[in-house]
Amino acid sequence: MAAEASSAVGSSASSAGGFAPFLVDSLFQRSLDDMIKALRSAPGGESSLIHRLLAEIRREIRSTDSDTKFLALQKLTYLSSLYFLDMSWAAFHALELLPSSVPAFKRTAYLSASLSFHPSSTDLLPLATHQIRKDLQSPNPSLSSPALHLLALSSSPDLALHLSNDLLSLLSSPRAAVHVRCRAVITSLPVLRLTPDSARAFLPKLVEALSPSSPLLSAAAGIFCELVCSGDPRPYLPLAPDFHQVLLECRNNWILIKILKIFARLLVLEPRLKRKLVDPICELMRRSPAKSLVFECLRVVFCSFPDEETAFQLAVEKVKEFVAADDDPNLRFLGLHALAMLGPGQSWAVEENREAIVKSLADPDPNIRHEALRLIMNMVFENNVVEISSLLINYALRSDPEFSNEILDAILVTCSRNFYELVLDFDWYVSLLAEMVRNPHFMKGEEVERQLIDIGLRVKEARSELIRVARVLLIDPALLANQFLHRVLSAAAWISGEYIQFSRNPLEIVEALLQPRTSLLPSPVRAVYIQAVFKIFTFCFNFFVNVGAVSDSKCNTDENTGAESEDSSDVTTFKMESLEMKELLTSKSIIYILNLIVTSLVPLSECDEVEVQERACNVLGLVLLLNGIEEWKTDDVDWRIDGKIREIVTVMSAAFSEELGPVSIHAQKRVLVPEGLELKENLSDLDVILRNNDVPSSLSISFSSRIHSHNEDMEESEPATESTSLLAEHRKQHGLYYLPTDKDENGSNEYPRANDVTNSVSSEKTTNDLLKLTDQSLISRSTKPAKPRPTVVKLDEGVDLPSSSSEYVKEPTGDLLSGAVRDVLFRSDETSSTIQKTLSENFTERRAKETSTISNVDSLLKDNSSPREREIGSSSSRKNKHHGQSKERNKNTRKNETKEEKGNRSSARSSHHHGRHKLKQRVESGDPSLDKAPQTQAIQDFLL
Amino acid sequence: MIRAVIVMNTQGKPRLLRFYEFQPPEKQKELIRSIYGGGERYSFFLAYFFLYSKFVVCLCIFILPPVLSSRADNVSNFVKTDAIFGQDTRVVYKHLATLYFVFVFDSSENELAMLDLIQVFVETLERCFKNVCELDLVFNFSKVLLAVLDNFNLCNWLKKLLFDS
Repeated sequence: MAAEASSAVGSSASSAGGFAPFLVDSLFQRSLDDMIKALRSAPGGESSLIHRLLAEIRREIRSTDSDTKFLALQKLTYLSSLYFLDMSWAAFHALELLPSSVPAFKRTAYLSASLSFHPSSTDLLPLATHQIRKDLQSPNPSLSSPALHLLALSSSPDLALHLSNDLLSLLSSPRAAVHVRCRAVITSLPVLRLTPDSARAFLPKLVEALSPSSPLLSAAAGIFCELVCSGDPRPYLPLAPDFHQVLLECRNNWILIKILKIFARLLVLEPRLKRKLVDPICELMRRSPAKSLVFECLRVVFCSFPDEETAFQLAVEKVKEFVAADDDPNLRFLGLHALAMLGPGQSWAVEENREAIVKSLADPDPNIRHEALRLIMNMVFENNVVEISSLLINYALRSDPEFSNEILDAILVTCSRNFYELVLDFDWYVSLLAEMVRNPHFMKGEEVERQLIDIGLRVKEARSELIRVARVLLIDPALLANQFLHRVLSAAAWISGEYIQFSRNPLEIVEALLQPRTSLLPSPVRAVYIQAVFKIFTFCFNFFVNVGAVSDSKCNTDENTGAESEDSSDVTTFKMESLEMKELLTSKSIIYILNLIVTSLVPLSECDEVEVQERACNVLGLVLLLNGIEEWKTDDVDWRIDGKIREIVTVMSAAFSEELGPVSIHAQKRVLVPEGLELKENLSDLDVILRNNDVPSSLSISFSSRIHSHNEDMEESEPATESTSLLAEHRKQHGLYYLPTDKDENGSNEYPRANDVTNSVSSEKTTNDLLKLTDQSLISRSTKPAKPRPTVVKLDEGVDLPSSSSEYVKEPTGDLLSGAVRDVLFRSDETSSTIQKTLSENFTERRAKETSTISNVDSLLKDNSSPREREIGSSSSRKNKHHGQSKERNKNTRKNETKEEKGNRSSARSSHHHGRHKLKQRVESGDPSLDKAPQTQAIQDFLL
Repeated sequence: MIRAVIVMNTQGKPRLLRFYEFQPPEKQKELIRSIYGGGERYSFFLAYFFLYSKFVVCLCIFILPPVLSSRADNVSNFVKTDAIFGQDTRVVYKHLATLYFVFVFDSSENELAMLDLIQVFVETLERCFKNVCELDLVFNFSKVLLAVLDNFNLCNWLKKLLFDS
């Protein structure tokens, strides 16, 4: 080691022999302060300095001199925790310093050990076992607490197992200082997590610490809160009486908060606890000056028992105080946060605070604004969605960019929820979307794009308004420069192409789509633009050719037949519109469009973006084709009747005539699996087949040889049809994995089309449902929409939307710790019983007793004084106990020593509770039914 | 439980770090940087899930809520940091002189209690150093870490908490 050190020091030190390098090291070693000063004065070159310092430390830390080692460790600790260096390499050196007798050295050693052991690298930790045990046993708190600290922060299962007994004795030793015992209680949490088996020994002690008079109560409450909140709360139900006792008697807010947290979790499992909790919680809310405790009470009341009238009223009053706290943004935030916990049934409480909430939208704090927005969006219903949305949109104009986008986002999400269930008037909603786009901070292009197209697909009635909005968006050249709007423009272009028949002036839209500033668009959007031009042009030309002819003839017939056809207003409007269109779409205007298309798209046909280029070429192809035919440009009418032009038009309009519908997310599932297609067959025999195959193994692929071998097999097959013959051969051998051929050809009609609306959902039903819904809302809200809500095509009705997975109710997981805890608590609890038992011969007796207890209790429950409750609990438990005893007599008493030991412990801890013998007997008896199904019967008596 | 205690100065330099769950150093560095925020705040885009009364709504994508460096003084002390420290974590901080005191905790702690805890922590420092300032922390790093922080706050336990009524 000396040689190593000297070589590191360099030539000056290497000349000195023996201990000289260490002497030099310790004489000239930088202290921690020196190092910090050096770091602070290092001008920018911190990283190189750290590098040098680390090299120094690596050298010094090997020193046999403990002072040097201590300083080096101290420096390393500093560097590693503030400059994010890994110090796991120094773990051994930290352990070396552990046995030191100097307290400062020991502390530093423990600190650096706790920093250098990772959960993944605890190989060296067993080396410290002995030293830690020694320190744990030491009466000096300054020695035992760092040891506990190391045990708490970085410990391995082995170490935990070895030291759990020492920890246990420290926990219960009356000689140790209280704060050391508290630490020990806390340290038992990581130990429990690492070694679930130790729960049997630890839990009785911990439960004992849970008594209101125990000095360890605060630590124990913390531990149990952590255990209940982080794992499965079910095993802790039997402790409810103990928690309740603490709630009643403890006056420490910190502990009360923890207890309330525990009850919040337990209430989910056992709603009947509510009756016991309402009064103490109300009392706390009324009396306590501590806001933190009041907030915790609020949380319990709002989440767990919103249906308790008095408690809820009180909580709402308290929330008002929170929300109105002008001087403290924290309280305002938490008040709003608490309101957001309320379900829809309690929305009146939110409504009461409406003014404050709306005011909070202008708060300088983004958190508060965010919560307020969330609350407002929860208040939105069909009858106020219009007002609230327009208010918010105006508000968004005035707020900062980030929040204004948050507002827009909230509106988009709320309105589109569940297929736009809140939106009655789609014309309004579409124009709202357009208004949103005008917001200078607008950044929600993708969502607006999605919704515009979605509405187009789903709501037929909204299409004319969509076209109007799309036109406005497309025509404005200013919008093209805003990159956040490109997605919206793309949607507008698509809509204008798809639903052009609703437009009054297609020419205008074509002009807009081809305006020079479209060069600012990214190429995918440009491609959509060009495709839209294609569609619109096809529509116009089709109209020019067909409808022109029809209306010509119609006009003639009208003139002939007189007033008859003017009865129906439909025909009149159609005629008016088509007349208008006809005036618009003359041969002159068509030629104008053609020229416009040619001038603006020709440059694009050489564009380097393939999508744009391809579409441009498509359009140009059509244009050239039409330009080549001269006849339609004349005023002659005959060409309309038949001829080449008519053919082209029919083909082209057929290409776009099919309406696009929304595609169900379950479309794939609805496709019938063709007969004979095995999807679930085990494919393991495929290996065998492949091995037996005459084709050489695919790993050593030599394609020519394969062809060769097959040529040998089937000499008559021509090389050109090689692959088909291979396929045929394979099919013959393993027909099972192929689709039947005839099916492929004939059965194709049986596949429902993915986007076939009528097929998947009967539209009639949808309409009816919607009508019913709107009716209900009309009755309840007594407002009248201007027009009936249009049909929204839904494809996935009856499919469960992802519901809010209940936060708390988890399936009992394979969590080892909670399993162990359940074992201990359920077995040891004096009133625990089992399903089997309830169902067995004792059932009727038990029933009778329970009902009698209930009647007893009901009369007593009116005043909820705690001692009496305890009495009731104990009396009923005593009854049960006798019962249990009688049962036990019949059982074989299988004793084993460990169980007895455990029973003794458990009974010791519950000595201050009722029914102390019961538990022991039960455990001793080793009733096998108890092992099988511990049940939550335990707190029954507490609840009664 | 409390996940971490972080003290950093207004330039985002850490002055005191204690993670009660193991985090590799690189991760620590990242966490500190993201909680401080600074200029790169707009580069964070996150999906946020909010639990509404009956169903989960994806409130789409929005920018990370302003982290420490961008928060004004007169605003609330809570920061939602699901994205930084994982689900269900919250951060409460206090800005005093040139230091941010940051506590990271999860749902088993009360928000206001944590705020009080910071106060207790600062008062303890005050008692130890008489007019505590950033330099005191810099030069007494391990003393603070061991003597103050770990003694008074190991996971949950607070002996001298001013809560007793």
